Amino acid sequence: MSDTGNAAARDTDAPLLSVEGLSKTYSSGRRLADRLTGRAEIRVQAVKEVSFSIRRGEIMGLIGESGCGKSTLGRTILRLHEPTAGRVIFDGADVTALSDDQMKAMRRRMQIIFQDPYASLNPRRTVEEIVGLPLRLHGLASGREDLRAKTAAIVEKVGLKSAHLDRYPHQFSGGQRQRIGIARALVSHPEFIVCDEPVSALDVSIQAQIIQLLTELKQEMGLTYLFISHDISVIGYLSDRVAVMYLGEIVELGSAEAVLSNPRHPYTQSLMSAVPEVDRPGHRNRVRLSGDLPSPIAPPPGCRFHTRCPLAIDICRREAPKVETVGPGHTAACHRLHENLSLLEEEEPA
Amino acid sequence: MTDTEAASGAGAAGDTIFRRNMRSFAENRLALGSAVVVVIFVFLAIFAPLVAPHDPAETDLFRRLQPPGWMPGGEWSYLLGCDALGRDILSRIIYGARISIFIGAAVVLVATTVGIVAGLAAGYLRGWVDTVISRIVDILLGFPYLIFAIGLMAMMGPGLFNIILALVYKEWVIPCRVVRGETLVTRELEYVEAARALGASGRHIMLREILPNILSPVIVVSTIRMAHVIILEASLSFLGLGVQPPTASWGAMVSDGRAFILQAWWVSTFPGVAILLLVLAINVASQGLRDAFDPRFHE
Repeated sequence: MSDTGNAAARDTDAPLLSVEGLSKTYSSGRRLADRLTGRAEIRVQAVKEVSFSIRRGEIMGLIGESGCGKSTLGRTILRLHEPTAGRVIFDGADVTALSDDQMKAMRRRMQIIFQDPYASLNPRRTVEEIVGLPLRLHGLASGREDLRAKTAAIVEKVGLKSAHLDRYPHQFSGGQRQRIGIARALVSHPEFIVCDEPVSALDVSIQAQIIQLLTELKQEMGLTYLFISHDISVIGYLSDRVAVMYLGEIVELGSAEAVLSNPRHPYTQSLMSAVPEVDRPGHRNRVRLSGDLPSPIAPPPGCRFHTRCPLAIDICRREAPKVETVGPGHTAACHRLHENLSLLEEEEPA
Repeated sequence: MTDTEAASGAGAAGDTIFRRNMRSFAENRLALGSAVVVVIFVFLAIFAPLVAPHDPAETDLFRRLQPPGWMPGGEWSYLLGCDALGRDILSRIIYGARISIFIGAAVVLVATTVGIVAGLAAGYLRGWVDTVISRIVDILLGFPYLIFAIGLMAMMGPGLFNIILALVYKEWVIPCRVVRGETLVTRELEYVEAARALGASGRHIMLREILPNILSPVIVVSTIRMAHVIILEASLSFLGLGVQPPTASWGAMVSDGRAFILQAWWVSTFPGVAILLLVLAINVASQGLRDAFDPRFHE
C-alpha cells in the first residue's frame, strides 16, 4: 500500500514509462543446412521504431488489428521478448540495460495481464500457489500464514472468495479465471500493468465486469495501464490517450478524445468507420479496407499502409511518412495530413 | 447472475486432474486387470523367499528334466517341472521375476530422470544446449538397441549394475525426446510467460511450471518402455551377457532349455510364458494409462 502513497507524492508530470525507438525483429536464424543451401534468413519486423510515453496514473490504449504487433510491443516493453533496438525507460531506469538480478527486482513493479484466461494459469497449481507465486519469488511474505493472508486479501479484492484459494483453475469460469490472473499481476503491488487484451476472450456481460474491476483497481492502487485491445469501444471507454498501431508502427497517437473524434490518419479513420453504431444507422459510409494486413516478413516499401489506403498517392509508395504534430499532443504519420482529407466524410453512392 | 456464482457449483467436487484420470483408468477393465497382473508379479518378486516352494539354486540330479506335475513322471510339489540340473522351474521363475522387474524398474527410473533433465534443458534453453543434446540423441538412435547393449556388456563385463548401465546409456533418449517435444510446446504457453513476467528463474519454470504439466505423457512412455527393457534384459541373459548363474533370470532359463527343447519343452516354455505375461500386462496397463491421461479421450 505504501506504493500508492508514494505514487501520489511523486511528480505526476514525469512519464512513468517512456519507450524510445523500440524495435523487435524476429529472425529465423541460419542453421547449417540453410547456409549450405544458400537459403536466406527470414526476418520479421514485428515492432518498428516505436516511441511513446505514459504518465503515472494514465491509461494508454493501444489499438490495431490482429498481427500488427500490439502484443509483441507490450511483451517487449516488459522484456519478455528482448528488444532488437531502442530503450524502455521505467521511472528513470533503462529497463533494457538491467542485469538479470536488477530485472527480476524490476518485474515486481511492472506486470502483465494476459488475454487467454485458460492458457495463462498453470492447470496444476491451486489459486493460492498461482497468486502467491510473486510473493514467494520476491520474498514479500513472511511465512506461510502471511502468504495465505496476503493472497486471500488480493483474491477478495478482485471479487473472488478466500474459499477459492485451494481450488484449481479448471474449476472456475472464464471471468473468474481472468480475476485470478489480475490478482496474480497485482499481488506484488506493481505500478505499471500491460493489459494484453484482457477482455477479448470473455463474454460481453463479463467484459463489462472486468473493465469495471480494472478501473476500480487502478484508482485504488494508483496503477498505470498500457491497455492493448482491438476493440475501439473498450479503448474509447477506458483510455486517456490512444496509440494506433499498423504493421509494427504507431501511425497515430493522441488523447483519446482527439484520436477517436477527430482521427487524422486514414487507417484510424477506417477503424472508426468500422465501429457499429446503433443510434445513427446508415449515417456514415463504411470505409472498407481491401485485402489483409501485409506480411511483416516483406513489409511494403514507403508508407506501410499504402497497399490498403484509399488515399494512397505516388509518394506513399516511395517514402515512409514522418511523424507530424497535428494538434496538442496529437501526432500522426501520413503524407497527406495537410490536405485535410477524411474518409469519414466521403460520400459514396451505395 | 455473476460469473462468481456460475462456477462455484463446478468447483464443489474438489477434484484434481490426476484423480479424475485415475478414475477413468479404473473404469477400463482390461487395463485394470493387467495392472493387477503386474502387481502380482511385483508381489511375487518381493516376497520370493516366502512364496517359492523350493530353493531356486538347489540342484537334484534325480529330478533332471522332471516333467510338470500333471504329466506322467511329474510331482505336484514341482508344479512346472525341473530343469537340466533338477532345479524347480516355478521357484526359479519367481526368483527370476526379481531380476526382470528390478532391472526394468531401475533402468526406466534412471533413464527417465536423465531424460527429463536433458529434455527440459534442450526444450527450454534451446540454442547450443538443444543442439548438443539433440545431436547426441540422434547419434544414439542410429545404433540398433540390442547390438549397442551387447557391445557395452562385452566391454564392461557381466553383472547386475553393468546391465542397468548398458541399457540406460540408450534408454534415456526416449523420455528425453518426449520431454523435449512437450517442453517446446509448453514453454510458449501464457502461464510460462506469466511466470517469467513475475521474475521466476529458469529452474523454477522448468521444474515447477513445465514439468508437472508434461509428466503424464512421460509416465505413460516410461511404463511402455519398461516392457521393452524387460525384453532386452531377457535377450542379454539369453545371450549369456546378463546376470550370471546361479542367479535365476528368465532369459537365461529360456536359453538353458534350448538344448532339451524336444525332450523337455517345459524348461524353456514356462520362463518364456512368464516374459510374455509380464510384458503383455505392462503394455496393456500402460495403454490404459495413456488413454486415461490423454485429455483427448475425455468428454
